[in-house]
Amino acid sequence: MEDLIAVRGARYARERVLDGVAEIGRVTLMLADAARLTVPALRSFRLITQQMAAIGVGSLWLVTVVSVFTGAVAAVQAAYQFSSVVPLKYIGAVIIRSVIIELGPVLTALVVGGRVGASIAAELGTMKVTEQIDALRAMAINPIRYLVVPRLIASIVMLPVVTIFSNAIAIFGGYVVAVSTIGVSTHTYVLGLKQFFFLKALSSGLLKSMFFGGIIGTMGCYYGFRTEGGAEGVGIATTRAVVGACVLVLISDYLLANFFFRIIFTTE
Amino acid sequence: MIQIRGLRKRLGGRAVLDGVDLDIEDGECVVVIGRSGTGKSVLLKHILGLMTPDEGSIQIEGVEIVGMSERELDEVRQKFGMLFQGAALFDSLTVGENVGLGLREHGRLSDDEIRKRVSERLDWVGLEGVEDTKPASLSGGMRKRVGLARAIAMDPRYILYDEPTTGLDPIMADAIDSLIRGMQKRLGVTTIVVTHDLDSAFKVGDRFAMLHEGKIVFFGNTQETRSGSNAMVKQFIEGSSTGPIKV
Repeated sequence: MEDLIAVRGARYARERVLDGVAEIGRVTLMLADAARLTVPALRSFRLITQQMAAIGVGSLWLVTVVSVFTGAVAAVQAAYQFSSVVPLKYIGAVIIRSVIIELGPVLTALVVGGRVGASIAAELGTMKVTEQIDALRAMAINPIRYLVVPRLIASIVMLPVVTIFSNAIAIFGGYVVAVSTIGVSTHTYVLGLKQFFFLKALSSGLLKSMFFGGIIGTMGCYYGFRTEGGAEGVGIATTRAVVGACVLVLISDYLLANFFFRIIFTTE
Repeated sequence: MIQIRGLRKRLGGRAVLDGVDLDIEDGECVVVIGRSGTGKSVLLKHILGLMTPDEGSIQIEGVEIVGMSERELDEVRQKFGMLFQGAALFDSLTVGENVGLGLREHGRLSDDEIRKRVSERLDWVGLEGVEDTKPASLSGGMRKRVGLARAIAMDPRYILYDEPTTGLDPIMADAIDSLIRGMQKRLGVTTIVVTHDLDSAFKVGDRFAMLHEGKIVFFGNTQETRSGSNAMVKQFIEGSSTGPIKV
């Protein structure tokens, strides 16, 4: 009996590993196709700008709300942690460093990943189950060029743009709380921002955002294209795209943070 | 001419196509009939290269398409137009953009020429002034007609219809049948219609193939089909649950 359970367990684990490897292979093939078709896709610039508007402009309100409160919480936490240990003049410094290196890029990616990843997967998934993707192929239009490349380019370009916006809003949110409830003067807060703003920190955050944008676009497109069945299939694809995007954003954040701290910040 | 030999395809462990042989001559309208789920739509998708067979051969105008790359298949696909079962219109585009999409993406015509072609093809299917309408606000019959206008926009040599009258009221179904026949005469195209609607089949078809359990079990003209010489076709036409076709 125990042997049977062990055999079944081993078989299940083997299948899961093989499924995972196959999934990585399929994603890689899709990305290779997308890379090959990037130049032809640039001819349809209108498709890319439409996606940029949907991904970027469409996310601004959500990002604004999340960022204001992120900055506000960062200010409250900093003030609490600093109490009687670190002078409050460093509050601006802590906020700008934490926001532009970590909080801005990661929280923006998670928020946009939820919204945009779900939207791309649902749209492409619905197109798949209603034969719209077959219709594109029937018209000799490559769906990777027409659907995937514009979404990938738009995600990679727009996530850093939205992150810059998010950074600014979060710093403003921190400022409002620092000045109104913690008693830090505007001059002190701004001085902290100025003294601890480094272009390297900003660029590392934005580079991370580009990676996150690529992950969000890839997950949305991949699971959208893999949708099977009807409404249930679209729901499953959407969930997988969002979960996949969020998990990969956090894992890649760790790897990229390690990379940037070793390569970029050691020379700061 | 389309020549299919020994086409086999397994899906989900089931042999959907199990050695299909079929010849379709230029300019004729072949109707593939059969029960739902017998692989009629799968057969159409193989002819267009949208699905890859496990075995077998498909020759379009003497050229083997099985094993072709996507790029080579795209060349072949430009000879085809297809009306999908649910019309498969792109929700995010207007009717005019849907009909003109192929022309625009292949850069064959100027914007003015595309506009003219789009309105001409919409006129052919009896729709005028709907270019700026979104597909979501169209009825089922109108969607099918827009789908047909899109299928004929690029002057295809072959038109494939997947259940063109399914879900339509009898009057609209008759209108679609007339359009199928009209397009064949006007454009001189080779037509393949997949349907289980026998009224529609007899209105549009020159020859009839019956697909059952993955095989073509009958292929004949209208007279041979109606004569009931084949027990399966007879049962299908009579709509009887007893006979060689098991329910």
